[in-house]
Amino acid sequence: MIPRFLRKGLFLTGVILAVGFSLSPFLFFVLSAFKTENQITAIPPVWLPDFSFVSFQSAVFKHHLFHYLLNSLIVGGTATLVSLSLGALAGYALARLPRRYARFILMGVLACAMFPQITIAGPIWRFLRAVGWLNQYHGLILPYVALTLPLCIWILALFFREIPEELESAALVDGCTRPGVLIRIILPLSTPGLFTAGILTFIYSWNEFFLALLIMTDPARQTMPVGIALFQGEHSIPWGEIAAASLITTLPLIILVLFFQRRIVDGLSAGAIKG
Amino acid sequence: MIRKNQFFLLLLLPALSLLVLFILIPVGQSFYLSFHRVISGLPQLGEAMVGFENYRDLFHDPVARHSLWTTVIFVGVTTFFELLIGLFLALLMHRHFPGRGALRAAVLIPWAIPTVVAAQMWRFLMNDAYGTVNYLLFGTETASYVPWLAYPATALGAIILADIWKTASFAALLILAGLQVIPPEINQAGLVDGAGSWQRFRHITWPLIRPAVMVALLFRTIDAFRVFDLAYVLTQGGPADATNVLQLYGYKKMFVEGWMGYGSAISVCIFTMALFLAVVYVRAVGRRLLEARV
Repeated sequence: MIPRFLRKGLFLTGVILAVGFSLSPFLFFVLSAFKTENQITAIPPVWLPDFSFVSFQSAVFKHHLFHYLLNSLIVGGTATLVSLSLGALAGYALARLPRRYARFILMGVLACAMFPQITIAGPIWRFLRAVGWLNQYHGLILPYVALTLPLCIWILALFFREIPEELESAALVDGCTRPGVLIRIILPLSTPGLFTAGILTFIYSWNEFFLALLIMTDPARQTMPVGIALFQGEHSIPWGEIAAASLITTLPLIILVLFFQRRIVDGLSAGAIKG
Repeated sequence: MIRKNQFFLLLLLPALSLLVLFILIPVGQSFYLSFHRVISGLPQLGEAMVGFENYRDLFHDPVARHSLWTTVIFVGVTTFFELLIGLFLALLMHRHFPGRGALRAAVLIPWAIPTVVAAQMWRFLMNDAYGTVNYLLFGTETASYVPWLAYPATALGAIILADIWKTASFAALLILAGLQVIPPEINQAGLVDGAGSWQRFRHITWPLIRPAVMVALLFRTIDAFRVFDLAYVLTQGGPADATNVLQLYGYKKMFVEGWMGYGSAISVCIFTMALFLAVVYVRAVGRRLLEARV
């Protein structure tokens, strides 16, 4: 038997290793946003920056950071709202349909989430080009909704199933219509599930790069990930600006993780689909 | 009763039609395109049916073969380490201790940030002149600094490392879900019977979380086949195609060079491999496990 204090020490070392592995490279990188150009490329590295805001100014004024941010907000926000609404309708139906049909449809929906993006990218691009939706917000939002729907449907269907049907029968007897039941009874009781699905959908749409790169070729419509990937300086790589843009992009995600860590963990293990 | 089911089908309609329109039909069209010669920039050439020509060319394309091997190495190595580190992280996150919430949040951060940001971060850390990785290894001796992204082997190693950093926490979450359903009494029974911590892990925990580990393996393998963002930002497929993974190669053929038909043949091959793996895993895990969740 290993003595107690030694086991505690081992556990603590593990925790420190895990936190260091996850956070230290990221913290060091985003701190570059507050450094001057000389500090960024200094050897030995400067661990604590001067808190210069030159990079932020340059990212905002020279590289139009807020354009990209606005595009990301429009695309991510709309995709989340639409995916949640459609997912809630479908999820409710699947929670109440006979099990064997529901199971069949749920497995089919799960399969849709498994296709490699490249298998759908070419045809989607040709379709969007044919109808003139390349470089349009809805041209990117619609594929995002389709790609996040499986996760939303799974999380919500499993959540709605836990709500006892007696509640609904009672409301129906009292003269409530079926759509009324969904809006007045099911949805208010399901805010945790809606939240989980919404957070995961938002993270997916906010971070997605491959389709955004194909569909948004006009810089005025590009989202943050595309902007960060294609960042170009005049002579050298503008690390300060890239780090500033990265920090601003990840800030909302970090806030989501800090506040809703438990929901994310539960949601991912329930759906077990990568968001 | 019939009206009730009709109402439910109506609710399903918008979601299912979007899935059909933006996922199932495109997958079908990819198959169709892969049997045709389609060049994006030259619509006047039409879309001639060429049978298996694209697949024959693909079979004899040395870049494609190399790309396949690169992807297989990437998938194998990243999945292995992600599951290993994921298991370790899951065991840590499962313990009850005052800082558990903070630990979980910290571990989730790499998963939550955009892959593009993670890629730029590693590109910065691995810089040949002022990268922190070089500093940590060689100190101020700048003469021995290694241009990690300029050598084929180390460049592939770099995208592997970046992927492990980014997604080990996702594997950890799936394994954690398996840990959470183990009733604590079983472990206590093992403790009473005098089993050590390794014995308890080997004979109690491991058999019970094996299905969760298999699910994590399934999702990670299929997802690793889609690697694109990291290679695009870190190396653009280079040097000498060392990191030209399949999805990146397909992207270049289809959208940079405009060979829609040939690129579609590549994407159909990626699809077939992912499907094959999924079937193998689902058989190994047993369908019941997936269906038990439904």
